[in-house]
Amino acid sequence: MGGFESPDMAAHDSSAHESAPHVPVFTGPRRQELDAILAKYPNKMAALLPALWIVQGERGWISEDSMAEVASELDLTPAYVKGVVTFYTMYHQHPVPKYFIQVCTTSPCGICGAEDVVKALLRHTGAGELGVPSPDNRFAVIEVECLGACGFATPIMINEEFVESVTVDNVQEVLARLA
Amino acid sequence: MGYPHPSHARETPVLSRHFGEEEARTLDGWKKRGGYQALEKALTMAPGDIVNIVKESGLRGRGGAGFPTGMKWSFMKPGDGKPHYLCCNADESEPGTFKDREVMRWTPHALIEGCAIGSYAIGAETCYIYIRGEFTEPLVVMERAVREAYDAGVIGPNAMGTGKRIDVHIHKGAGAYICGEETALMESLEGRRGNPRIKPPFPAVSGVFGQPTTINNVETLAAVPEILMKGADWYKGMCLSNPKSTGTKLYSVCGNIRRPGTYEVVMGFPFGEFLHDVCGGAIERRKLKAVIPGGASVPIQTMAEAEATLMDYEGFVAQGSMLGSGGVIVIDEKQSMVRVIARLARFFAHESCGQCTQCREGTAWTTKIVERIRDGQGTMEDLDTLLSIGENMTGTTICVLSDSCAVPVMSGIKKFRGEFEALIHGKRVHSVMTQVA
Repeated sequence: MGGFESPDMAAHDSSAHESAPHVPVFTGPRRQELDAILAKYPNKMAALLPALWIVQGERGWISEDSMAEVASELDLTPAYVKGVVTFYTMYHQHPVPKYFIQVCTTSPCGICGAEDVVKALLRHTGAGELGVPSPDNRFAVIEVECLGACGFATPIMINEEFVESVTVDNVQEVLARLA
Repeated sequence: MGYPHPSHARETPVLSRHFGEEEARTLDGWKKRGGYQALEKALTMAPGDIVNIVKESGLRGRGGAGFPTGMKWSFMKPGDGKPHYLCCNADESEPGTFKDREVMRWTPHALIEGCAIGSYAIGAETCYIYIRGEFTEPLVVMERAVREAYDAGVIGPNAMGTGKRIDVHIHKGAGAYICGEETALMESLEGRRGNPRIKPPFPAVSGVFGQPTTINNVETLAAVPEILMKGADWYKGMCLSNPKSTGTKLYSVCGNIRRPGTYEVVMGFPFGEFLHDVCGGAIERRKLKAVIPGGASVPIQTMAEAEATLMDYEGFVAQGSMLGSGGVIVIDEKQSMVRVIARLARFFAHESCGQCTQCREGTAWTTKIVERIRDGQGTMEDLDTLLSIGENMTGTTICVLSDSCAVPVMSGIKKFRGEFEALIHGKRVHSVMTQVA
């Protein structure tokens, strides 16, 4: 035939390299949650960001299969959903360690010592390098742009928890609370 | 008040009066402090009368642009048969700014009340409060307050028992500075990538979901209930300088300052006294060098400029900068301006949505060049290149993120050229920060 044939979808099925078949997120209470969200907007697409938050809350990250599930729920295409997921920094496209630590290093925190806080976190978590999981796979540390708490330098986020006024001197204490 | 510090005698706490009071976060606590009387009053008034009071008060947008709020509201045409929307911009992401965060954390009902009054005034039945995803605590506080307000019938299908519908919904962002730009915010709310839209059409004509929309900042909306209760004249009276800037303004102060926090002073307050007295001045044995007074997007001020400034929309412009969001970044002599500017450029390069060539390429190249100067690899020609790139990034794109990146770089080279040149010529000027590099 030739020409612009549609590709074989199975060949692009990302579940091929995932270990287990996709278990739907939007069942039971999560389904009710999505229905309640849909009622807040005049169309389905507007529920996309909230729906992705539900997925990440349930699974810790957003897999290609989950994107496809969200797409089907909201009458969108998986490619469209992926386009949105990749735009926003807070959606994880890969599993992250148990404690995902984001450190604000934008200028207001930078002039208050944020870079030293990053170094201390890398040292005390054992991660060593930015974005690399620690050997025990419990921590990853990344730099993040302005967290909007500049008067409480340096703010860090540990998963959903916001911690203010982290300094080189209290890094160990902050980490100890996670144990 | 200078939260987390006690209120300074020279502050005028209106919006920040109840910061730090746990009880003020609850509906009962808020009502005990006079809350929701303004909404009750508003719902008995004609929407046009509310718009007029806000107009007369002189209230201007507190998110950065300073557009007159009452005039913005008057663009919404009542009875056009279309659904109207109010969007509250709570995507506070401008480096140096954290005032809206405190409004939401401590006085969530002040914001809900402002949203409800604003919605009614512009003929909207639905208000979306778009809160950045990183604000996990404000999100929890706001969600709880909205639920309380619904349960008590303050908002909902029969707001305050008047038969009028006012829905307020929280929409959680997912990490993108650009979504604080009003058209990007609407795109994001609709479930899209946060790419700013070309204007016109303006939001009042075709906004979110293609319908007439008004977008207001958190601080702007939170000021409305007080204006309605105490009157336009009271608000107008809070001004030490010129009648175009009225009321109180929240300033979030950060960087190398003794008492960082969120302060509230009347328009026209002397900036020098604000920094040295109200905020405690420089950290011991250090000296202030520069200030970025309105968030990272406004021109850097020298201390001479800052100390000559009267804090209002016109006053900051007269001294080479802008009031912006009120995010005051204080920089002392220990810091390298080149490092500060390089990091800001990197911020804008990271946050560019990439739609416009001038911004996508300009922010990236600016970062690369400023960073090589920072690292001692720059040339004198680089300074001319930066200024030329900056000019081409200004006024040429869909939104102002591009301009915002050029601003600190161009004002930095103009006002602190010596620091750039010293690095280019291999001299060490600033011990601490250059040692880190």
